Formats: sequence, structure tokens, C-alpha cells
Amino acid sequence: MAERGNRGVEVLGGLSLLSLAGALAAIFLYAPTERVMGIVQKIFYFHVPSAWLAYLAFFIVFVSSILYLAERARGFSISLLIRLFPPARASLRSWVKARPWDRLALSAAEIGVLFATLVLITGPLWARPVWGIWWTWDARLTTTLILWFIYVAYLVLRANIDDRERRARFSAVLGIIGFLDVPLVHFSVEWWRTTHPGPTVINPAGPSLPPEMLQTLMLSILAFTLLFFYMLLHRLRLERMRDEVEELKTALEVSGTA
Amino acid sequence: MNSGAEQQIQWEVEVKGLSKYFGPRPALRGINLGIARGEFLALFGPNGAGKTTLIRILATLLPPTAGTAKVAGKDIRREGEGIRGLIGFVSHLPLLYDNLTARENLSFFGRLYSVLDLEARGDELLEEVGLTHRQHDLVRTYSRGMQQRLALARALLHDPAVLLLDEPYSGLDPQAVERLQEVLAGLARRNKTVLLATHNLEEGFEISHRLAILAQGRIVWEGERDALDRQELRALYRQYAGAG
Amino acid sequence: MIGFISKVFAILGKDLTAEIRSREILSGMFIFALLVILIFNFAFELQRGELASLAAGVLWVTFAFAGVLGLNRSFVLEKDRGSLEGLLLSPVDRGAIYLAKMLGNLIFILVTEAILVPLFAFVSNLALPLLPLLPVLLLGSLGFSAVGTVFAAMATSTRTREIMLPILLFPVVVPVVIAAVKATEVVFGGRDLSSVADWLRILIAFDVIFTVVSFLTFEYVISE
Repeated sequence: MAERGNRGVEVLGGLSLLSLAGALAAIFLYAPTERVMGIVQKIFYFHVPSAWLAYLAFFIVFVSSILYLAERARGFSISLLIRLFPPARASLRSWVKARPWDRLALSAAEIGVLFATLVLITGPLWARPVWGIWWTWDARLTTTLILWFIYVAYLVLRANIDDRERRARFSAVLGIIGFLDVPLVHFSVEWWRTTHPGPTVINPAGPSLPPEMLQTLMLSILAFTLLFFYMLLHRLRLERMRDEVEELKTALEVSGTA
Repeated sequence: MNSGAEQQIQWEVEVKGLSKYFGPRPALRGINLGIARGEFLALFGPNGAGKTTLIRILATLLPPTAGTAKVAGKDIRREGEGIRGLIGFVSHLPLLYDNLTARENLSFFGRLYSVLDLEARGDELLEEVGLTHRQHDLVRTYSRGMQQRLALARALLHDPAVLLLDEPYSGLDPQAVERLQEVLAGLARRNKTVLLATHNLEEGFEISHRLAILAQGRIVWEGERDALDRQELRALYRQYAGAG
Repeated sequence: MIGFISKVFAILGKDLTAEIRSREILSGMFIFALLVILIFNFAFELQRGELASLAAGVLWVTFAFAGVLGLNRSFVLEKDRGSLEGLLLSPVDRGAIYLAKMLGNLIFILVTEAILVPLFAFVSNLALPLLPLLPVLLLGSLGFSAVGTVFAAMATSTRTREIMLPILLFPVVVPVVIAAVKATEVVFGGRDLSSVADWLRILIAFDVIFTVVSFLTFEYVISE
């Protein structure tokens, strides 16, 4: 079973490699160079997919956090979430069943922070030649920065709790609160900016994108998304193996002291 | 559980195959234990044997890794809140608010347990643990022994079906131990179901009905108190749990 | 339901009584807040002209710092003295514990603000528009303690404790800080609240969402 899973992962890896190559070719050979901004504009094909994947990743953290708590709650606690799921027999190790959701949340959070970091790096790289400044408190950039802080806090929290079960529980709560905060952060930052309008109104993803650029962007998003899922599956596999090692250690300990 | 007669007994506390791991470290490894209604069981074990873990699981403060347990007929996993209303818990920490007086502490917990006629119940318990004269003093001015007696009063407030005592004697001077002993003996006489966990063989031997020894996360010996004297218990304990 | 509410108030009353006796949390928060304002004063040399726009920011940063201090204490005290266990052992819905703790933290923050704001206005010769300021203080502080209570409960069970709380809390409360600062600025500027309806809406949305979510998830951060 593990082997078949691996083959699926490898196929996905090949696909993302191919589409990345295609996207790169399209970015540098097919898409026209923007007249005003010049070659720098091509960062946009990396910036936008990264932003999309960061949000997708944080959404995955959100959903798997809810599912983790719901799975855990099944059988021994009254929780509103239970009602969303068919009543199940009280499981002996309900948290073992919930465990995959925690692995997914962790994996998605790590990769999400990675892509959010890419957004925060590519943004200033683009802004410097175009706006003349490295950083601006532009609404989108600021929102991404705050999200980056929230999910870095998520990883710091995990690193500071030794007990696996408690770590999963606490981070699930943060995974839920953090994502529900996204729209609030977005609106407050946007309104905050509009009171002091700066050079930030320029919208690189305007609707008047030439078709070649739009096609290239779409291809780039597709390639990055495939890459994202490839990384996610690998990260999940690593975490699952880590869990198995933990369980083997436990088993050894038990038989050793028995 | 080896004889047919035992299966007829109505267990007030029933533990089956209970295990608890902290990470890879086992604290309890397949505990089976029953305490009948009205029985006083003294559970001996050295530090680190798993006594506290077991009691905390029964008190619904800690979820087990595997196995089941029922307290007062309720499942610890599913009916935690129900169990909490039916047990009294005393540990080496007093679990009291030291910026409140004894009376205020009892009134506060009384409200949490929905105790009716709080005033009278408080009078009665303060009398029983001998703190009536100090009831309006802040708990932080109390000696360790007085705090521990008040902790016992707090645990008895709602007239619980089951009492879980985890090293209630630790840090007490001999006089306070004696005093607490009297109160506990009173419980045994009133047919309360009691689980007393301690590392000290002197404590609890006299007043208990049954004894068990816990070592390295397992019940290694279990039997009637009347079946042996102190010397024999000490020998057994040394054999199973190492140091006596 | 009546039992639930009565338990919430039992826990809240217990916390307030204990605090009135020891003043451990409030005195700490208040002195710390004064020091923050003093340092701001040296850092910016607050002048009369720019005061109205800076005052709002200075005040809310001060509240946030002092608030973190108070939030941390509220659970550290319970945990270190083992009394939290007594609370968790009682047949009380974890949601009731959350509400009581949250209201307690809210009251501590509001009391600090009630002393600090007039003092600040007095020292800096600033007109104090009390009535329009009240809802802003209330809504902002509510949002802060709604999530702060959950994060404080979490932080006390981590290895780094005091450091963990601001790392968790500050990014999440950014909307509250922005909205509250903007609304306070307008109020200090002498305009009335209707011009900041959008900011109040953000505050209300934050308060409602996070009080409900925290209420529902609190049992996962408080028990073992």
C-alpha cells in the first residue's frame, strides 16, 4: 500500500516538474515583457501563485483543525461539532484516529509559511524598482505579513509543547482562530490604508491583463499548485513516519521493561 | 477478579485494562482494579509508580491512552461532567484559594457543586474537620495541616459517592497526620467508597479494608487487609516495589 | 441555564474578591501601564499639536502591553497554586469557566483604563470626550480579552509561558488595535462616533466571532 502511495506521489512530482518547466518557458519566452515595468514584472508570475497557495494552505490548516477537534470529540465529549458527523462508537483511542488531521494541519502550516515568506520576499523585490521603495504598508502586503506572523506563532507554539496530544489540541484551536481572523485583518488593514492613500493603489492584477500574460499566470498557478500538493504529500509522509517511529519506540520501551 | 463471587459485587470504581503513556513513557500499563461500594482501598506504591496518574484519570483530569474505567457507574471518557459531581478529590496540593477564607472557599465550591443549604453544610463540615474557630481567616494564614483538612472538607462538600485521595498526608506533621487519620477513619465507618494512594505503608493500613501495591505502572499485588499484618505487608512491598 | 449563569458569577466573584484582597494583578498592570506611557513621553516628546493623533496609539499600545501582563497572571496564579485543578474537578461546564475568566480579565483591563485615560488626558491637557470614548474602550477591550483568555490558558501550559502569549495574541488582535486606535483618534479629535461606524462594526464583528469561537474551543485548551 505504501508503495502505491509513493507512486502516486512520484507521478504528481513529475507532473509538477513538467508544468513548472512549461510555466518558466511561458514566463520568459511567451509572455510579453511589460512596457513600463520591464523584466521585473515577471516576478508577478511567482508572487501571485505563492499568495494563492499561502491562503490555500492556511485554509487547509483551518479545515483540518476543525476535523481534528471533531474527531477527538467523537465519543466522549459534548461538542456542537459532533452533530456534523454520524454518531460513532466511543473509540478506544479516538485521538489516534484524529491524528492524521493534525499531521495535515502541521504540514499545510509549514508549507503555507514558506509560500507566505515567498510572497513577502517577491513583493519588495518588485516594489523596489517599480514604486521606488522596498516596503510599503500596502493593504495586501500588510495582511500577508500579519498572516505570516499568525502562522509563525502557530509553528512556535508547536515547538514549545512537548506532549503530542496537547500540541495537536492547542494548535488546532489556533488554526481555527487564526483563519477566522483573516477577513477581519484584511478589512481593517484595507480601511486603515484608505484613510492615508499612498502609492499603493496600483493593482498589478488588474482586469486589463493581456491574454498572453493571463494564460502564463494561469499556467504558473497550476504548476505551483501541483508543486504545493507534491510538497504536502511528502511532508505528510515524513510526519507519518515520525509517528510510526514514536510508536515503535513506545512498543520497544514496553517490551523492554516488561 | 478470579472468583465467581467477585463478579456479583457492584463495583463503585471499576478499572479495565487502563494504560497511560506520556509520549513513549508508560505510566500505567494495563491496570485492572475494582473497588466495591463502601470499600476503603489503600493503594501503596513508591514515587513514580503511577498512583497519581491513576487517580487523575479516575477524577477525569487526564484522559487514558487505552482501556476503560467507570466511576459510580459512569464512563470516564463520556460522562466526565457527571462523574465530577459524584467524586471528592484530595491531593497533596490543597486546591484551594488562599486569598479567600475557609468559609468563602466552601461557599464558592458549594455553588459550583450546586449544594443546597450551603450554610448548614458548611457549618457541619467545618465542625467535622475542626476549623470552625478559624473559618473567617484567609487560607494563606493556615498551616499545611489545616489546609489539608479544609481540602478534605471541600472534597466532602457535595457528599460524594467516591473519594479519591492522592498522598493526602504529604508534608503534614505527625499531629496533623493523626487528625486527618481520624477524619478518614470516620469516612470508612460511614461506608464511603475510598481510594487512598500513598507511598507510606504506615498510613491507611489500619483504616482500610483492602490493600493493593502498584509498581512500575502495574498492580503487582492485591488482597484483604486482614490477610496480613504490617510486617508481612512490608516484606511484600519490598519484594515488589523495591525499597520499603 | 440558571445553574450555568450562577456558576459563571460564582467564579467571577471569587476572582474579584481574591483580587480586591491581594491587588496583585491590578497593581502590576497599572504601574506597568504608567511606565509605558512615561517611556512613550520620552521617546516622542509629545507636543500639544500632534497629541490627538498620537494619544490614541499610545493609549492602545499601553493597554495591550498591560493587558498581556494581566492575562498571563490570571492563569499563572491559578496554575501555580493548583487551584485550577479544583475548578476543573467541579461539575462546571468549561464554557462557564471561560466566560468567568474572560469577564474577569475584561474588568481588570477596564479598571486600568478607567484610571489611566483620565490621568493621561489630565497630564497632556487633552479634552476627554467621555461618552463617545466609552463604547470604543468597551468593544476594544472585550475583543482583546475574548481571544486573550484562550491564548493565556494555552500559554501557561507551554514551556515558554510569558513569552508565548504576546506572540500568539498580538498578530490576531491587529484588527482590534487598528479599529480601536482609529476610533479613539476620531473621538479625541472632537468628532462624534457616527463617523467611525465602520471601525465599530469591525470591533463588534471581532468581539462576536471570537467570543463564540473561544467559548466553544476553551475546553480543548484548559483540560489535559
